[in-house]
Amino acid sequence: MKDTIEIRWHGRGGQGAKTAALLLADVAFKTGKYVQGFPEYGPERMGAPITAYNRISSNPITVHSNIYEPDYVVVVDESLLESIDVTKGLNPKGAVIVNSTHSREEIADKLHGYEGAVYTVDAKAISIKALGKNYPNSPMLAATVAVSKVMEKEEFLKEMKASFHHKFAKKPEVIDGNMMALELAFAQAE
Amino acid sequence: MAIRERLSGNEAVAYAIKQVNPDVMPAFPITPSTEIPQYVANYIANGEIDTEFIHVESEHSAMSATIGASAAGARAITATSSCGMALMWEELYVAASNRLPIVLALVNRALSGPININADHSDSMGARDSGWIQIYAESNQEVYDNFIQAFPIAEDKRVHLPVMVCQDGFITSHGVENILLVEDDRVKSFVGEYEPEHYLLNPEEKMAVGPYAVSNYYMETKRAQRQAMIQARAVILETAARFEEMTGRKYGFFEEYQMEDAEYAVVIIGSAAGTCKAAINEIRNTTGKKVGLIKIRVFRPFPEEEIARALSGVKAAAIMDRSEMFSATSGPLGAEVRAALYQARSEVEVVNYFYGLGGRDITVSDFKVVYENLETIARTHVVTGMYEYIGLRSEQSEEV
Repeated sequence: MKDTIEIRWHGRGGQGAKTAALLLADVAFKTGKYVQGFPEYGPERMGAPITAYNRISSNPITVHSNIYEPDYVVVVDESLLESIDVTKGLNPKGAVIVNSTHSREEIADKLHGYEGAVYTVDAKAISIKALGKNYPNSPMLAATVAVSKVMEKEEFLKEMKASFHHKFAKKPEVIDGNMMALELAFAQAE
Repeated sequence: MAIRERLSGNEAVAYAIKQVNPDVMPAFPITPSTEIPQYVANYIANGEIDTEFIHVESEHSAMSATIGASAAGARAITATSSCGMALMWEELYVAASNRLPIVLALVNRALSGPININADHSDSMGARDSGWIQIYAESNQEVYDNFIQAFPIAEDKRVHLPVMVCQDGFITSHGVENILLVEDDRVKSFVGEYEPEHYLLNPEEKMAVGPYAVSNYYMETKRAQRQAMIQARAVILETAARFEEMTGRKYGFFEEYQMEDAEYAVVIIGSAAGTCKAAINEIRNTTGKKVGLIKIRVFRPFPEEEIARALSGVKAAAIMDRSEMFSATSGPLGAEVRAALYQARSEVEVVNYFYGLGGRDITVSDFKVVYENLETIARTHVVTGMYEYIGLRSEQSEEV
């Protein structure tokens, strides 16, 4: 594994792509890594395309630029494939992970000839099944960890559970659902 | 033992504020600094600190209230960005000339227009002549460390000047990175209790703050401010030494990275220095070329002689400005460094770049181009003009 893993997130304002990037930074931090999680802000409005980034490394990270040649790309909103070349600069040895009901083959056709691995995760169905609502970012986070292998599954789930206990201290009833969403997405992406 | 954490730059500053627990914080929200007063308001609401937060109706009022509180004898701070600081303009000069040790958390953002929320240094660079000490940060760690050091610098009896602690909007303010925090009690004892010398609420010493000064007095006041800025130099270094004892992290007027044998140097301020370091590591590892970096931490007072000395061994240097001053020649850092080199009778070839305006990204590859250009300049001794651009789309605009 190369020293620094770089991940680019594409989503739309309000879907939680930035939150997912920050959560990934958080959980990777807890496993002892050096991390960066940062958004790129354009005009801030619901539904506008947004980009967020992660760098995860065993060594201190000093670079403060955006990521142009990521190892992994995560697409939280499939409709972005129409307007954005999401795999631009993406490492052919890496992968793109798309939130979609379509098959890998169908998505691959829309990726401007990207030669690397393509994964699809039906984050909406997973989220509705586990939480009764469409929150695509947690399933996409789990899928990203599964595909990129930035940490072990057990480690990831353990840290996420601790985070949920902290985050949802006042509504513990949603913790199991959130954990289930992570497990389902992890299984689908593996 | 330090506390290992991951925080955004805004969270780091807010955390430092919590540890210092200042007396008064008037503030008005503006992107990208809004989170700082927001987090502090949370700390106050949760009863974690007893800072008096003053809700004001504008940044002009925010700085006015900070000045009032500081003059009264309180440890007073505020936070702002960009147009917010522009609205404080008049008050910045009032704070400095009245010798009030205010600490301002500035999250650097471009000034309008066109309206833009992203990082550049036009706000603080525009205020460089206002009499404030200015300290800049590359990372979240540095902005946290600088913020803690700002209080003993500002409040030192040899200084009595306000300090602006600057970080790059969004790039560090909203980026989460690893950080080592200092324990509360150690921060508190480092900063100490604030004991104002002269203050309005002291019944033993009646005084006025900010009265009219006729020509007969004004010039001496300005000379006294200059003297304070000169004396700040030693205090900044002493404070850094004390901070290093506490944390092991070393600070000075600027950081020299790989400068020992450097032939080609970049001089830069802020978060892009980290990107430049990555470029340096790559260039040195792959080509062995002797490239280095000077990262300015303290821009006011300006470490003129030290910078000239640090650059004395290089063949060519790129001075990189993240703001315009529309002199039609150099940018603010370019002009200062050129003046320093002239005074030192230096023969270093200098090129001044503009980069990153309004948040335009600068990458490792961009820095490689800068170093290649420096090599060419050192070989040919031809510098095409007073300035160049990196990251600008129009080819023509690179002409002087």
